[in-house]
Amino acid sequence: MIQLIPVITVFILAIFVGLEVISKVPQTLHTPLMSATNAIHGVILVGGLLILGSADGALMIGIGLAAVLFGTLNVVGGFVVTDRMLEMFKGKKRGGAK
Amino acid sequence: MSQEWIDIGYLLAAICFILSLKLMNTPVTARKGNWLAMGGMAVALIVTMFNQNIRTENLVWIGIGVVVGTVGGFVSGKRIQMTSMPQMVALLNGLGGGAVALVALFEFLHASHAGIKPEAVQSVTTVLSAIIGSISFSGSLVAFAKLQELLPGRPLTFKGQQVFNLLLVVFTLALALAILAFDSATVPIFLALLAAALVLGVSSVMPIGGADMPVVISLLNSFTGCAAGLAGFVLSNNALLIGGGLVGASGLILTLQMCTAMNRSLGNVLFGAVGAVISGGGNAALAGKQPKSYSVDDAAILLSNSNSVVIVPGYGMAVAQAQHQVKEMAGKLMAMGVDVKYAVHPVAGRMPGHMNVLLAEADVPYDQLYELEQINPLMPETDVALVIGANDVVNPAARYDKSSPIFGMPILDVDKCRTVIVMKRGMAPGFAGVENELFLYDNCVMVFGNAKASVAGIASALDNY
Repeated sequence: MIQLIPVITVFILAIFVGLEVISKVPQTLHTPLMSATNAIHGVILVGGLLILGSADGALMIGIGLAAVLFGTLNVVGGFVVTDRMLEMFKGKKRGGAK
Repeated sequence: MSQEWIDIGYLLAAICFILSLKLMNTPVTARKGNWLAMGGMAVALIVTMFNQNIRTENLVWIGIGVVVGTVGGFVSGKRIQMTSMPQMVALLNGLGGGAVALVALFEFLHASHAGIKPEAVQSVTTVLSAIIGSISFSGSLVAFAKLQELLPGRPLTFKGQQVFNLLLVVFTLALALAILAFDSATVPIFLALLAAALVLGVSSVMPIGGADMPVVISLLNSFTGCAAGLAGFVLSNNALLIGGGLVGASGLILTLQMCTAMNRSLGNVLFGAVGAVISGGGNAALAGKQPKSYSVDDAAILLSNSNSVVIVPGYGMAVAQAQHQVKEMAGKLMAMGVDVKYAVHPVAGRMPGHMNVLLAEADVPYDQLYELEQINPLMPETDVALVIGANDVVNPAARYDKSSPIFGMPILDVDKCRTVIVMKRGMAPGFAGVENELFLYDNCVMVFGNAKASVAGIASALDNY
């Protein structure tokens, strides 16, 4: 039994926070931002861990294992490439261009 | 650890995600933001392992999946070249979408085996996350293949494609309804739903031109976020709800901003099939003209005799990885007293900010980078515009030719400079599949060849002047 209203509340509020926080990012950072949000939706790995953890039987374990593998690649690869992009901005000032 | 503590962990993770996006507002704190998101993700994953439904005997499988995924993600993320980032993001996004679809499939099979009749909300969100996750998976793989040039970048269309896609949408929704409303939640119907959604992802992205892939990747990124959020309903999991919701919203905002930069609606990008037909008409005054070809020495003389130069980087610079040579050449010009600026078009390259990332890699100072609105008023006073592998973003037809697919897109007005030097591999049209009349203008000269070799050639020739 899930409590419907609290769950919907959390989801809707998360969407609004996302709209607010994102709209302020300068264009220079759009590629790293897309990459970072890409890594954050890798949070589906939490779901992967939960289903694989509870899986029973070869088929279900196979599905869960694929989900965990995909999710881990998404999270790890996503954060690594984002960090590589952002590394290049380190210690430099953004002058005149705004 | 009780469920309360796990949920507190998820709350902590959610706070990290939100703050990390906030820190990504400025280049100075952006890297810290990414680290904070990593920390939040680590917390969310660790507390998940304390869930009481995780069976001890499955820990070995979890270990295998996590270790293989970590090694694979880390190594490929470190090895991938900067210029291939767009397709890397597309691929990773596809994997995320695939993971969501697999979670939905698992939950459906689980309920179906156990003979549980899930609540309405859970059925709806299972079906929706399966559909959206599958579209994101197959669509992202097509976007990846187009950018990696495994598939042609040009829109792939066939007669009646839009009707086919529409029927496919109707079919997919009918299957979804059959599962939800008519109690026919059988495994074959659910698998048919997944298959229909996978085909829909492929057939929706195929007709979209390579130049619009950034918009597509951004939109699919948003899709995966939404799907992950919906999976949060299925699993009643706050980490998924919040992380997914945040990304779903952010991806949509980014997508719309990218469409605004191209002066097009999202609908036009998705269904316009821009570039399917090369605009044949063109400017009649230029009919029969041939482009003028310059050697790198000619170009070097022209540049060294100018007072001001605007460099317009494009995808050609990215492919040739010429950014370091460009920086070196610009340095020599500046040492000769030439004023050098870089003009960065919002959609140059394959992603918003793609050029900024590459120029930052080559240590080009930010204060030399100019955005469209800043640089265009300066164009008429500029001696030479050096266009390095950019095409559609400098096509003057966008200003007046209503029949052109890129009509209305703001462009860099390089044709207003005294001279334009265009570096290109050949006369092929740009990624949008549109011919560029700029190449035939009287004040335009072409330097044919690989951008890296041409720029390096100019840089060494500059030593002689």
